[in-house]
Amino acid sequence: MKLWLPPVVFGAAALALWQLLTVVAGVPSFLLPSPSAIAEQFVRNLGNIGSASLATGTNALVGLIAGAVLGLLAAMVAVRLRVVDELLTPLAAGAAAVPIVALAPVFNSMFSSTTDLPRRLVVTIVVFFPVFVSAAKGLRQVSAVHHDLMTSYAVGGWQFTRIVRLPSAVPHIFTGLRVAAPNAVIAAIICEYFGGLQNGLGSRITSAAANTAYPRAWAYVMGAIAVGLLFFVVVLLLEKLVSRRRPQERWI
Amino acid sequence: MTEYAVLVEGVGKTFDGGVTALEDVSLAIAPGEFVSLIGPSGCGKSTLLRIVADLEQPTSGSVSVFGLSARRARVEQKYGIAFQQAGLLDWRTVQSNVALPLELHKVPKRQRAERVRELLNLVGLTDFAEKFPSQLSGGMQQRVAIARALARTPGLLLMDEPFGALDEMTREKMQNDLLRIAEESSAAVVFVTHSIPEAVYLSDRVVVMSPRPGRIVDTLTIDSFDANGDPRESAEFFASITAVRDALHGRTVRSADLR
Repeated sequence: MKLWLPPVVFGAAALALWQLLTVVAGVPSFLLPSPSAIAEQFVRNLGNIGSASLATGTNALVGLIAGAVLGLLAAMVAVRLRVVDELLTPLAAGAAAVPIVALAPVFNSMFSSTTDLPRRLVVTIVVFFPVFVSAAKGLRQVSAVHHDLMTSYAVGGWQFTRIVRLPSAVPHIFTGLRVAAPNAVIAAIICEYFGGLQNGLGSRITSAAANTAYPRAWAYVMGAIAVGLLFFVVVLLLEKLVSRRRPQERWI
Repeated sequence: MTEYAVLVEGVGKTFDGGVTALEDVSLAIAPGEFVSLIGPSGCGKSTLLRIVADLEQPTSGSVSVFGLSARRARVEQKYGIAFQQAGLLDWRTVQSNVALPLELHKVPKRQRAERVRELLNLVGLTDFAEKFPSQLSGGMQQRVAIARALARTPGLLLMDEPFGALDEMTREKMQNDLLRIAEESSAAVVFVTHSIPEAVYLSDRVVVMSPRPGRIVDTLTIDSFDANGDPRESAEFFASITAVRDALHGRTVRSADLR
């Protein structure tokens, strides 16, 4: 049996059941709109969903890149300098328990709320910590024999990082990115719930819901799901691309 | 006065926690000489090698390599080193692993490529230049590591049980290769092992060490073996093995038989 068949069959069955439930059983649309109504709204608002997805996606992407670069740089410094490590590692552990999106209103008042800057900042912070934690872990995993070898070559610490630490940390860095990429999209959308520019998916979802246009709100949610999946898939492809020149890991 | 490849004088090493790994070890190795360090686990033979390589600092005594301090010798890349684990970088191809020391010390690309070709030819891995380490057998990986150690044509090769993890057949072949390579490169070799036949077969001199604290109990000069037939089956070979065994077990060596 094909690998993709079971999930597709399951998805189709679920949709059919959903449709049946809403139409036949008469569940009101503010509780749960029918799939056909959502699809209709999706098609009708395709242009708006596209531009809203683009706005939100851009915020998420900018924040993702900024957070990933900063997280990686910070991890490289932390592995070399004890002070930075002792400063950032507890913070990173704590940050895992803090809903960083809650910072959005604060940033909205700190920075101009008519720009995308506050949202991008929140995404940057959301991405920074998982990338920092996994990169630092990867950068530290250096075998004793590589360490001895590099000492025998009398290379400097940064050269050591570039030649040995960074390449061997690549799988760990991607583990962090796989967590961070969907979170970047989530953070970018949630930030829009707290006001500011009305150009993204989050603000469209809230305004549609406020106007009791529930199928439309759901259509935008579909757009959000698509953007989140896109980010995840792109990171996966990037990982494949980077590791294509490496020997395949063997799975047990 | 001739300059020694390695000159170890009164070296002692005590680790934090008070374990004495080496006590008053002195050893002089001439350029081009092949010397094995042999002894049971914990006799400090690896520690001695690591001190020569400046990977470990002696607590007392002094070490010089080609007249330089161990540190200067390391910084100036006077030695090449190979460990029991090949320690290749998995994400680099065979040729780029061999090129690593050249790359790190800014050897021009053209020269680098040429030298890598030479080295791969020397260790018989020309056909595997583009492969990744994980596609190679253990013996082949170790040969890549040896090629890498030789990359900068060092006058001294330090080897810490490089064939310890190989099967007996591969091991014998690697030993033959190493002898040929050492001859061709005229490098001095310090070879740590716990195999008596290996030490005897390879070496000009075998340094026998004893544990707790690690010290040199004897140094045996190995005569060349009968040129006819397999040297590993010659009478001289077995005589030398017996002599090293006796020294290891603390029995008096009949040095007259040896020389």
